Amino acid sequence: MVPASFEVVEKRHDTADVWTLELEADSGERFEFQPGQFTMLAAGGAGEVPISISGDPDQPARLVHTVKAVGLATEAICAAEPGQVLSVRGPFGRPWPVDQVDGADVMIAAGGIGLPPLRPAILRLLARRERYGRLLLLYSGRSPDELLFTDELREWSQRGLEVMVTVDAAGEDWGGHVGVVTRLVRHAKLDPGVVVMSCGPELMMRFLVAALTAEGIGSDRVYVSMERNMQCGIGRCGHCQLGPTLLCRDGPVYRWPEVSPWLAIREL
Amino acid sequence: MRTIDELLTDSPTFAGLEPAQLEFIAGCARNEHVAAGTMLMREGEPADRFWLIRRGVVALELYVPGREPLVIETLEPGDVVGWSWLFAPYRWALEGRTVGDCHLIVFDGVCLRQKCEADHDLGYELMSRFAADVIGRLQATRLQLADVHGNVSATA
Repeated sequence: MVPASFEVVEKRHDTADVWTLELEADSGERFEFQPGQFTMLAAGGAGEVPISISGDPDQPARLVHTVKAVGLATEAICAAEPGQVLSVRGPFGRPWPVDQVDGADVMIAAGGIGLPPLRPAILRLLARRERYGRLLLLYSGRSPDELLFTDELREWSQRGLEVMVTVDAAGEDWGGHVGVVTRLVRHAKLDPGVVVMSCGPELMMRFLVAALTAEGIGSDRVYVSMERNMQCGIGRCGHCQLGPTLLCRDGPVYRWPEVSPWLAIREL
Repeated sequence: MRTIDELLTDSPTFAGLEPAQLEFIAGCARNEHVAAGTMLMREGEPADRFWLIRRGVVALELYVPGREPLVIETLEPGDVVGWSWLFAPYRWALEGRTVGDCHLIVFDGVCLRQKCEADHDLGYELMSRFAADVIGRLQATRLQLADVHGNVSATA
């Protein structure tokens, strides 16, 4: 699949090592996508990486990515300034099931940089707020100054999303929760019919499912966005294989029972 | 107005106990309103009580010399604050501070220990429940120690 050229039109510094870039296609075409999908993104010759789309699916004029600088490729993307052109392939992947959960309570559980891949789902859920029951966001970060989209969290709360934020550790001036996200589950008083969509560190998601199970919520109600070494993005190269599945083609969003047997195998 | 034994059933730690057991436990407890910023417990001091949060938040803090106190966990309504009253040498291992005004049920730990000695069925039931609470918090602490948010890649 041939990459398309997208120009950086806006850039925001979110936290110390996270930036949000807004891109427009050189062709002028709209970028239609579903919440949870990703692109293969590259800046210059630093290499391509899979990056989840963090923008509003109902605003396809711009492609939005929120990127944490953790390596050569992502550092090059984060260093891109307005006017610079990036190469984009996609969108790829199976999306969050936001159109299949009408009438249900929906809980979003995000850890750290796992919130951007869930942002499009949150925006879609809020745009169709009347279709769903209770909407809840459990969001955990390492510290208060590493939390993303803090202004939007307040706005989402006003639009009908219950927001519970926790950090791993904080000083006395932090007035919110301290502790891991699994500790919030008990206080969320969830309905057993809730649908959970989660993205974050794999370890966090494993503990999350255990906490949900303890509250009587079946793991088949939990959807997770998985991450492995994706390279081609179209199921050809096999780098992102996890057991019998290729994440770029069959995922990245899975029901928990689809992937959980493979997560316990260290060699994978 | 709900009595203390009725209020106890709001907490997962006490929910499901027999009414007679709840009444027995409530005999060691009273309601307390605590202002924001109150230190409930200080590291090293005698641990002769514990609390059940009805309303408000309590921060567990670790004092680190030369630094601002580090909040390591916040406890919410339904949570129990304090385990050190259960085990010798009965000294607090952490500091506990009310984040806002709190409505608490405070228990006399010595009174409850004596009741557990006198009624081993109750003692076993309470110890099982506290152990489950401790295990849940231990698991959470392990996840916290893993620093999962500090080492994730950008390709989620």
